[in-house]
Amino acid sequence: MEVYDYPPPGKEEQTTASRTHWLQRVLRFCRQRPLGAVGGLVFIIMALTAILADFISPYDPLQTNYGAMLLPPSGQHWMGTDAFGRDIFSRIIYGARTALLVGFSAAFFGATLGAFIGVICAYFGGKTDVVIQRFMEILLSFPMIVLALAMMAVLGTGIMNVIVAITIPLVPRSAQIIRSSALSIRNLPYVDAARACGFGHPRIMFRHILPNVVAPYLILLTAYLGGAILTEASLSFLGVGVAEPTPAWGLMLKGAAVTFAESAPWMAIFPGLSISAAVFAFNIFGDSLRDELDPKLRTQ
Amino acid sequence: MAQYLIKRVLLMIPTLLGVGVLIFFLMRVVPGDIAEIRHAGEGSRVSQEVLQQERELLGLDKPLWHQFGAWIWDVARGDFGVSMWTGRPVLYEISIRFQLSLQVALMATFLAVLLAIPLGTLAALKQDTWVDYLIRVFSIAGLATPSFWLGIIMILGLLVVFGWLPPMEYSPPWEDPWANFTQLIWPILAVGYRYSAMIMRMTRSSVLEVLREDYIRTAHAKGLKEKLILIRHALKNALLPVISVISLELAFLIGGLVVTEQVFNLNGLGRLLVQAIEQRDYTMTQSLVLLTAVFFVLMNFIADILFAWLDPRVRYK
Repeated sequence: MEVYDYPPPGKEEQTTASRTHWLQRVLRFCRQRPLGAVGGLVFIIMALTAILADFISPYDPLQTNYGAMLLPPSGQHWMGTDAFGRDIFSRIIYGARTALLVGFSAAFFGATLGAFIGVICAYFGGKTDVVIQRFMEILLSFPMIVLALAMMAVLGTGIMNVIVAITIPLVPRSAQIIRSSALSIRNLPYVDAARACGFGHPRIMFRHILPNVVAPYLILLTAYLGGAILTEASLSFLGVGVAEPTPAWGLMLKGAAVTFAESAPWMAIFPGLSISAAVFAFNIFGDSLRDELDPKLRTQ
Repeated sequence: MAQYLIKRVLLMIPTLLGVGVLIFFLMRVVPGDIAEIRHAGEGSRVSQEVLQQERELLGLDKPLWHQFGAWIWDVARGDFGVSMWTGRPVLYEISIRFQLSLQVALMATFLAVLLAIPLGTLAALKQDTWVDYLIRVFSIAGLATPSFWLGIIMILGLLVVFGWLPPMEYSPPWEDPWANFTQLIWPILAVGYRYSAMIMRMTRSSVLEVLREDYIRTAHAKGLKEKLILIRHALKNALLPVISVISLELAFLIGGLVVTEQVFNLNGLGRLLVQAIEQRDYTMTQSLVLLTAVFFVLMNFIADILFAWLDPRVRYK
């Protein structure tokens, strides 16, 4: 006869158990979805670059040097210099900071606000739902870039304003998807049970329904991250986004990069490559995450 | 069905009215107005009287509700007014650029569909093989590459390799088809690639889903040929969601190619919008945004009808 030896359910045991579980899941994710793991790795590298920009970058990204204008890539300036003699490599490193700040904030606020609105719509239904949905539909009938452009015209240039301008078009898109997920949860027995217990509406919505739409929420978050970075680059390229001299990838592609494209192509190539690499990594990571979290959402 | 259609059409009106209200007030909140922008070059020498005169001329001195009412009433009767900046009718300004925007949008769609549907289907059929990975990487790269950067690189490549640049002037396809082609093929390629990436992903996931359905297994069990199952049974259903992606994206392309038009120096609707916002040309901006929204809502509607028409399961629900 075997003797089963159950460890006492102590607090320490539980935390280590959940930690190995968490690590195991990450390892399994890397093994099964190598492409996604590479995307995640690029993301981590980018985040570290953004955080440690002060230590990594060889030059001050804002320091103009008229003795070193439009220099080609060399040992001293790895990616060359721009029309003001600023080191492009340093500007790319600091640009990661701008891209991540804008991308993360806009994706986070867009997806989160949308999630709250979506859950409220699904939970209350009826008139509340109809009115909010109508309003979301109005926002949805603008192409994203057009709405962002109009918002930027109102707000003026600057990082905070770019974040707001990109967040607003994301909200109705997120609300739509979260609403449909929350609708199916609303009718589950445990929601009725919570109501029978006498819990208030906010508690049911945010403690019982909201945690259950985390999977689509995370998927949206990663999907929007890439999109937000692209929109930021587009706005900056149009001259209504982040303002000079802040290092931003889209801004680096504007003006002189086009004027001197033939004689100094490095000015146009490296910022564009950075945008592509970052968005590519996020998309591929987001795709794998989606497959991992919810195979049914593949059609989204 | 008729009742449903009428209801859908009627529901468009409040949405479009909302778009009108939103853009009207957004534009009024933007700091500076057209009178100030127009005289900005003259420095501080312009007297307030001149500015006031100009505002009176454009009707900007009237109360906001009055301006809004007058505008909406005119639009409802099909009169979009004149551009505050150029003084020419808004519809004329739009019509001379519409052709170019429509041509780019349609040809980019054509290219994207031609590329995306076979590749997306192939990726689904060869799921998790190197073919699938290659196609997926190609399509994710398409989504990740900003089309304006692709444009810059294309122009740069043409300049360095051939020492040639695409013509700057737009010539309609029936006047000089070759000049038209050499100018527009580059933006079409840049936009079409990104666009095809979206369709490709949709096609792949949709085909994958359909291939797992019972009736496909039945078809296999009956001993039908692979090709027949794929074309007659699977694709027919799998392409339904793809159609809605295509139609929505087409609507977006007509008014939303703001950045691409900037790179390729195309005088299209997107550029007109950026200019109009910069110049605080209220009538122009409002009309353009409203028309874009009309197009969007209409395409949405058409996609829904097409969906119901193609899929009896939707129709009878």
